[in-house]
Amino acid sequence: MSSRIHECIVRIGETIKDNKDFLTDLDREIGDADHGVNMARGFTAVEDKLPADETDIGAMLKKTGMTLLSTVGGASGPLYGTAYMEAGKIAAGKTEITAADFGAMLEAAIAGIQKRGKAVKGEKTMLDALIPAHDAFMEKANAGADLVTALDAACAAANEGVEFTKTIRATKGRASYLGERSIGHQDPGATSATLTLETIRDFLKE
Amino acid sequence: MKKLINDVDNVVNEMLDGMVAAYPKYVKRLEGLEVLVRAGGSDGKVALVSGGGSGHEPAHGGFVGKGMLDAAVAGAVFTSPTPDQVYEAIKAANGGKGVLLVIKNYTGDVMNFEMAADMAADEGIEVDKVVVADDVAVENSTWTTGRRGIAGTIFVHKLAGACAEAGGSLADVKAVAEKVIANVRSMGMAVDACTVPAAGKPSFDLAEDEIEIGIGIHGEPGVNREKISSVNEISDKLLGKILAEGIYNAGDEVAVMVNGMGGTPLMELFVANKHIAEVLADKGIKVYKTLVGNYMTSLDMEGFSITLLKLDADLKPLLDAPADTPAFTQF
Repeated sequence: MSSRIHECIVRIGETIKDNKDFLTDLDREIGDADHGVNMARGFTAVEDKLPADETDIGAMLKKTGMTLLSTVGGASGPLYGTAYMEAGKIAAGKTEITAADFGAMLEAAIAGIQKRGKAVKGEKTMLDALIPAHDAFMEKANAGADLVTALDAACAAANEGVEFTKTIRATKGRASYLGERSIGHQDPGATSATLTLETIRDFLKE
Repeated sequence: MKKLINDVDNVVNEMLDGMVAAYPKYVKRLEGLEVLVRAGGSDGKVALVSGGGSGHEPAHGGFVGKGMLDAAVAGAVFTSPTPDQVYEAIKAANGGKGVLLVIKNYTGDVMNFEMAADMAADEGIEVDKVVVADDVAVENSTWTTGRRGIAGTIFVHKLAGACAEAGGSLADVKAVAEKVIANVRSMGMAVDACTVPAAGKPSFDLAEDEIEIGIGIHGEPGVNREKISSVNEISDKLLGKILAEGIYNAGDEVAVMVNGMGGTPLMELFVANKHIAEVLADKGIKVYKTLVGNYMTSLDMEGFSITLLKLDADLKPLLDAPADTPAFTQF
């Protein structure tokens, strides 16, 4: 019997794999054409390694993060690996999560990404989707919204964040080498982060 | 895409086994890992560990051997290796005198190697690192992630490796590496893009008469695109940007590397070098040693890079010291 958190992670992996070529094409424009390929490889390994019956959300996220760290490579491996592991620390021992829990997990994931990547908002990275998503999520959650409602707001903000990345030049990562030429292209990392949030929301809606 | 491969997902694995089959006296593979180490081990000396994404062959595995590297970690094509792989390389290469990581300045490489260094340090292994950032095509400013590490990295392997082989301490070896990094600059260009096997199509599209100036070594586009001109004019552009750094002046002695990107014939590299040698002579810059060939490639990319390293009385003997590796040998 597969646990809910296992199903959710598998679903995120399916989304990433379904969008492998899309993410790689985005990366070809401003990076090195491997984001989708690397993330898909990582989630294939995650699916192989995850214990299907694990119900501890924190343990599952930690295992996911460690697997991504050891299989994705590039910058995405340490960044996504750290994000899942930091979120997992907040969820340790939990078998279900509230809106408040998810807000704290997202905050921890973002803090981990910032520490590892030494980036801030506005540098054309995944943070440009995740930070507005977290802000929108907390605004709803603090007003008493449930997890799914708050996630709806988070996804909308994340999508706006992806659109915003088209308007700015990259100052972190390989896209920064392009200077002004990076403007007009959406950031692949912000895109995969948004796809992840949308998949979680859609999964919880079912 | 036309490639001489069997399985896109198995290219790096098969390549490493092929290198071991070709050079069993030089390298062996750590079991189950994408790591090549010296066949004879590295006891009693400071170990140099480098690596990065694959697709830059002979870098880095081809430079594992006496007088250069002790271990090379191979990531997926153009993708930094993961921390666990680098960590295993550090452990295997450690000969008890400490380990120096030679990292090319890319966001992913720096993150993964730093995480591995933390893991090794936790185990009591003495680890230090240098980051090579020799590519003058990229402005070193708050607007970028810093200059890229490209072909100049080979000189770091060579000179720091010679220092380690001669019994230098970790601090000595690091000091040599830092000195090389301070005095080495490179710039490259592409006549045509490369195709990453897993992506299946060229990493950027160039018209029949277009070239890309200032490319990196991962198929990422360069800093500007223009109509193709003669190799002399192209060399002038690359060399001009390097000389504008102000490091190389009349009376200085330099080592020159004319590095092929993988798809350019040696004939064209030598044509480029003829002009480079003349320009440097005109400027009163003395060429002490020249390397022409494929040292730091970018799969099947057509193009080349120029690297200059300023030498002094300390660096020259390290450049001249013997080295015996699959891809670089001198006695």
